[in-house]
Amino acid sequence: MLEFPRWKVWIVSLVVALGVLFSIPSLIAGTTLASRWPSWLPHEKISLGLDLAGGSHLLLEADANDALKQRLQAKEDEVSTELRRDPRIEIGDISTAGGRLSFLVRDPTQVDAAVERLRKLSQPLALTGNRDWDVQVVDQTRVVLIPTPGGTVKALKDAMSVARDVVRRRIDPGGTKEITVITEGADRILVQVPGVENPEQLKKLIGQTARLEFKLVDMEANPADVQQGRAPPGSQVLPMADGSGAIAVKRRVMVSGDQLTKASQGFDQDGRPDINIVFDTAGARRFGRVTQENVGKPFAIILDDKVLSAPNINEPILGGQAQITGSFTVQSANDLAVALASGKLPVKLNVIEERTVGPDLGKDSIHKGVIASVIGTVGVMIFMLITYGRFGVYANIALIVNAFLILAVMAIFNATLTLPGIAGFILTIGAAVDANVLINERIREEIRRGRRLIDAVETGYREAFRAIFDANVTHVISAAIMAYFGSGPVRGFAVVLMIGVVTSVFTAVYFTRMLVALWIRRTRPRALHI
Amino acid sequence: MKLLKLVPENTNVDFMRWRNLAVVLSSLLTIASLAFTAYRGLNLGVDFVGGQMIRVTFAQPIDVEQLRGRVLGLHLGEASIQEFGGPKSYQIRLPKPEGGDAAANAAATQVKQLVTASYPGARVDSVETVSGKVSEELADDGAKAIGLAMLGIAVYIWFRFEWQFGVGALLTLAHDVSMTLGFFAFTRLQVDLNVVAAILTIVGYSLNDTVVIYDRIREDLRKYRKMAILPLLNLSLNETLARTVVTSLTVLIALGVLMAIGPEVIFGLAIAIFLGVLIGTYSSIYISAPVLVWLKVTPDSFLKTDEEEKAGTQPA
Repeated sequence: MLEFPRWKVWIVSLVVALGVLFSIPSLIAGTTLASRWPSWLPHEKISLGLDLAGGSHLLLEADANDALKQRLQAKEDEVSTELRRDPRIEIGDISTAGGRLSFLVRDPTQVDAAVERLRKLSQPLALTGNRDWDVQVVDQTRVVLIPTPGGTVKALKDAMSVARDVVRRRIDPGGTKEITVITEGADRILVQVPGVENPEQLKKLIGQTARLEFKLVDMEANPADVQQGRAPPGSQVLPMADGSGAIAVKRRVMVSGDQLTKASQGFDQDGRPDINIVFDTAGARRFGRVTQENVGKPFAIILDDKVLSAPNINEPILGGQAQITGSFTVQSANDLAVALASGKLPVKLNVIEERTVGPDLGKDSIHKGVIASVIGTVGVMIFMLITYGRFGVYANIALIVNAFLILAVMAIFNATLTLPGIAGFILTIGAAVDANVLINERIREEIRRGRRLIDAVETGYREAFRAIFDANVTHVISAAIMAYFGSGPVRGFAVVLMIGVVTSVFTAVYFTRMLVALWIRRTRPRALHI
Repeated sequence: MKLLKLVPENTNVDFMRWRNLAVVLSSLLTIASLAFTAYRGLNLGVDFVGGQMIRVTFAQPIDVEQLRGRVLGLHLGEASIQEFGGPKSYQIRLPKPEGGDAAANAAATQVKQLVTASYPGARVDSVETVSGKVSEELADDGAKAIGLAMLGIAVYIWFRFEWQFGVGALLTLAHDVSMTLGFFAFTRLQVDLNVVAAILTIVGYSLNDTVVIYDRIREDLRKYRKMAILPLLNLSLNETLARTVVTSLTVLIALGVLMAIGPEVIFGLAIAIFLGVLIGTYSSIYISAPVLVWLKVTPDSFLKTDEEEKAGTQPA
């Protein structure tokens, strides 16, 4: 007991000093003192969870049907482009029904060549030896492309990583906000945005796929057929965005939104909100050529399979700049511009969980949480003092050091404090003194049994440690399981519990032991008042 | 200074005298809790059944019936309105909207507009929308986590002590968790994610007392090899009684303050842990210990392979 070597005293003191130092930035955050904190000292701070800081938490899930649909569409474009190349292979009756892409090859002698060229298009999947599409021939002239399971998994993975970046760009075009956008599992994205006043706006931004396409209007289509939803070969029927019926357009995409470099909200000559877009070089060239070839004909501006408008091409548009008109408000035009500029979502995302907390509730919670923590701590300290006297004082000093250490460790790891985390903090305060209670009760017992003072203290610490250790392991087991299964706030609670277990064993056992050893060495007491 | 001694020195309470009565009573209460929970069900929050919950704080106390009428007037399905924390704070719960995202959005917006238009100064504190899929996963994860935590801890106790102690720990945990569930079923307090966190905490902390008492029983078993099991359990319980009382009190002081003046959102969490500590203190004496009698724990339960025997701790 008395052998508490000097170097150990130094190490324990150093840990305590560092704990206090690292916890200060979190404690003075938001006060005027924060600006006076010297810059060469640590600045790591505990971040506040959304339930305390206010903000929105959204869990998005990829729409599997839409993912397949978009993948088939992209494949259709790819196949058409490939087969149009020299030597050209004429195809028809393209269908994407049943989750597979199929088409007829007009000249039966070209079937093998078509299959050959399409097989080359498919990508090998790493390690498996399989490819991402199966190319088959049925009825001699019909070529069928079937997505393989491995290909679908990889496509979803790629789509999710693109979607994550797109979501981030949409929410935070400037890249300046402290937002969290991470993929979770195979098909989910978690979005956390602090301080959002209007989550609906946020969801609208994310909810739009923003697939922009320019296609020629099919003028030969029979209007009666179009209203029935039937289109001539090579065309498709799409609804108008404003709900005013439907229109037949050529399946072939003239230019797509992938070729945009800029999109911004503006106004047309009549002062109505519209969107100005700028194509990249390739897109501008293509757009120029197509408009040149089709002067006088209408083309459709299509957003997510809905026709925004179908203006006439009055003259070739050569500069690579265009306006999208439609029935927009300033807000919706602006949202669409942001969505277009950030690129299209490779898959539609559905919001499956939303939690939004207003900033005032968070402030209330912090305020009440801090008061409860302080009163709870003081209550426990008074109780310890009147129960154990000097040893209670040591336990109380350990308690305060423990509070600093928990904050410091959280700050160093940049952990997030949530509302349940505050409860975890208070619980830790209540439970941390258990170690001291165990030790002190054991010392009392050993003294009753007639042991000498130093012997009693030593036995007390030694015998109590076993139970302290086992009890804390059970805490860690439950907290670790909570951290693994829990989400957001609950995980925050578990993190505080785990940190608290480790720091409290240090303060309640080693730190108080040092205090007791130093006291005994200094004063050589004859009797113990405990 | 005269120090406080809540438990006098050298107590000699014959705890085990009432053990059969206590075990019968506890078993009945446990079964009753489970049956009641199964029969009446828990008041599950949107976390576990899906739907929307909007929390609003009004500038002054309001007429709930009027608010209920107004919300029902929006035709958003079975809306329920509950006071939350104080006379000015309410939570409005709506069922899962049928039309997916867009409908959920619209419903929340409608309620928000209604509240801000009809009640000047009202503040929308939070909006939570949980889809059926997520709520099922959360419920599933919650149940799994509680089960795993109980098993994990029982296995740890088995490794550290002997199998009889592991069984005792598991039964104690089952008792504590069932009683807590029964309490929530009885009071109709809302069960949300925080309450699951609380139950996991109880799993970790209610066993605190059990671990301490088991540690002492093991020590006494080695020390007094000739003593019969009942007096030995009584001795161990009495030796640790002061510690049991003092620790439970410190935890209850801290949690009591949190319950009384802490943030409303975590009231459920605070009361669940508070209760769990109370139940855990009782069960550590009347479940954990009697189980050892039935499972016939003797000093020989600890085999020579025990590390401390190797280290040469002298059995008396």
